[in-house]
Amino acid sequence: MEYFIQQLVNGITLGSIYGLIAIGYTMVYGIIGMINFAHGDIFMIGAFVALISFIIFGLIGVALPIILLLVLLIAMLFTACYGWTVEKLAYKPLRGSFRLAPLISALGMSIVLQNYVQVAQGARVKPMQPLFSGGLEFFKNSEFIVTVSYLQIFIVILTIILMGIFTYLITKTDLGRAQRACEQDRTMTALLGINVDRTISITFIIGSSLASVAGMMFVLYYGVIDFYIGFLAGIKAFTAAVLGGIGSLPGAMLGGLLIGLIETMWSGYVSIEYKDVAAFSVLIVVLIFFPTGFLGKPDIEKV
Amino acid sequence: MEKQDIIKSFKDSLFTGLIALALFGPIVGLRTVSKGEGLFITPQWGIVFLLVGLCILGRFLININSAKKTEFKFLSSFSSKFAHITEDKAKHFAITGILFAVVFPFLPFTDRYFMDVAIMILTYIMLGWGLNIVVGLAGLLDLGYVAFYAVGAYSYALIATTFGWSFWICLPLAGVFAAFFGILLGFPVLRLRGDYLAIVTLGFGEIIRIILINWYEVTNGPDGITGIPRPSFFGLPFKRSPDEGEASFHTFFGLEYSTMHRIIFLYYLILVLALITNYFTLKIRKLPVGRAWEALREDEIACKSLGVNPTNTKLTAFAIGAMFGGFAGSFFATRQAFISPESFTFIESAIIVAIVVLGGMGSQTGVVLASIFLIGITEIFRDLEQFRMIAFGGAMVLIMVFKPKGILANRKPTILMHGDKK
Repeated sequence: MEYFIQQLVNGITLGSIYGLIAIGYTMVYGIIGMINFAHGDIFMIGAFVALISFIIFGLIGVALPIILLLVLLIAMLFTACYGWTVEKLAYKPLRGSFRLAPLISALGMSIVLQNYVQVAQGARVKPMQPLFSGGLEFFKNSEFIVTVSYLQIFIVILTIILMGIFTYLITKTDLGRAQRACEQDRTMTALLGINVDRTISITFIIGSSLASVAGMMFVLYYGVIDFYIGFLAGIKAFTAAVLGGIGSLPGAMLGGLLIGLIETMWSGYVSIEYKDVAAFSVLIVVLIFFPTGFLGKPDIEKV
Repeated sequence: MEKQDIIKSFKDSLFTGLIALALFGPIVGLRTVSKGEGLFITPQWGIVFLLVGLCILGRFLININSAKKTEFKFLSSFSSKFAHITEDKAKHFAITGILFAVVFPFLPFTDRYFMDVAIMILTYIMLGWGLNIVVGLAGLLDLGYVAFYAVGAYSYALIATTFGWSFWICLPLAGVFAAFFGILLGFPVLRLRGDYLAIVTLGFGEIIRIILINWYEVTNGPDGITGIPRPSFFGLPFKRSPDEGEASFHTFFGLEYSTMHRIIFLYYLILVLALITNYFTLKIRKLPVGRAWEALREDEIACKSLGVNPTNTKLTAFAIGAMFGGFAGSFFATRQAFISPESFTFIESAIIVAIVVLGGMGSQTGVVLASIFLIGITEIFRDLEQFRMIAFGGAMVLIMVFKPKGILANRKPTILMHGDKK
């Protein structure tokens, strides 16, 4: 039982990271209907920017909460620039062309970003000294002590805060309304005087900043990154988005949590080697029974 | 040009420079280096300023150019003319191409390196043609095609090393196994719509790779399988010193021993395999099942209402595509004599899909051009090891941006109701 709770805590932490990345996928899919393959690499760049800023602030020597806040803002700002540029360079010229064109463009962009970081930062893994230590211990009397580290608490709380801000942004503000309108009907939205291009750019900026936060969490949680982390994390986050129902924002978060839980439970109880197989197999099984994911809108085709 | 325009484009260029500074500043400018215990930062501001300068200059030139409206007209008109020519004279083009491919090994400038590159290009052409059945004809986006390539390679390697059967028995078996895996995957997932199918096939590709890495007892894990038998020329092996009472290729024909013999043989082998794939595709397009694939690609609902069973039709496309992937896989295994899961990563799937889409979906000639172009680019940049993949990805983006329908856009159905509309 205690072991189960420990895995649950770990799973929720991992799920928060996947969920934040998944939102970027699902938003972009919702608004322009493409799989943004470069999003995983945007996450990786976010992780690198965070790592670099952690080192700089570590050298200057500032208090921990200030470091965290500054790194968060810096990572979001710089990574958003990447998201914005990628959209302008690789996707915007392809708007309105056939379905596979942006996908291939995104694959190309993903290859470019990965190798660009490899050239610029070197291919070796980058370790970072842990900033957080300690945690809360539960069930001290039993055999297995459940530890919830302060870092895990930080990650989950930060995710909840960001989700709150994000939900407010999407449901209550003009920007969110424009964004949802673009999802439903881009031509009509443009006719009503909304700048569609700008809305799409902002979607990419929001998605990238959330991914950069996930990148920062990844650096803190695993303490080691390399240029290749974007691929697997990106694919799992996309799996999460599909699992929850692509295009649905609560679905992305739910899917992220599910994938995180499946992965930790599987490595805790079955085998650690096949944890990635578990995530993908669950996806295949779920899609057979819920062809549009758990929270996706049923897709009715009309002639 | 107006003075205002110049000022405007100058401001725009400065803005580009600012963005470029934000992009390159942290990632290029602050290189992290591990020293002993921790990570340290080495600044590289020189490169950053160079890159930012290039961006500003490039943007400024493009701005001035686009004001004159001469933007890349030359490029697009050239390629559309080219597409026109090849469509008209497709047959001549194909025959010339095949003739060139046949005499290629005996051309004076052809050396070992050219042959290796040519074999690699032909392998990708064959994979591209195989995937073209799935993506180009049936319109199913398969991002895990490398799984079938892997299944073919591993079944060939395992059968050949365990039972010692010859290449010509193992090859069809590998194809059958790959097709079986295609059906196995296709059966549950082919009801899904386009993008869902894409992610599931991608996941399947990863599952196969992870199983190959971890199933030590059978696949030997990350170490791979070594000592895969080489193919023989109708029973004559390509050995320098054949066993007692056995003739090898060079002794039988009374030739001087040369390692090139085997390479030339491998070259013709993959050429024949690729041409079989092509011939098969061209023929099946005219059969009812091929017609059904194209019809499904264009309109699934219309097909359903006309009594075409979408799942079964897609399943045949999937299985046949997988089978050719399996053939290509067994060729790969016998050529390398060594396979490991590292050869079957997602990037391979991405390259194959890119070849099909960049060539122009459904166009057989386009696949050839795209393979030559993409593999050629990575070969040209071979000396700049680190930059070749950047060039490769960049080429993918650029082709898509300037020619979204591929080099040879040919999505014309094989037949039309009222004949060929010209």
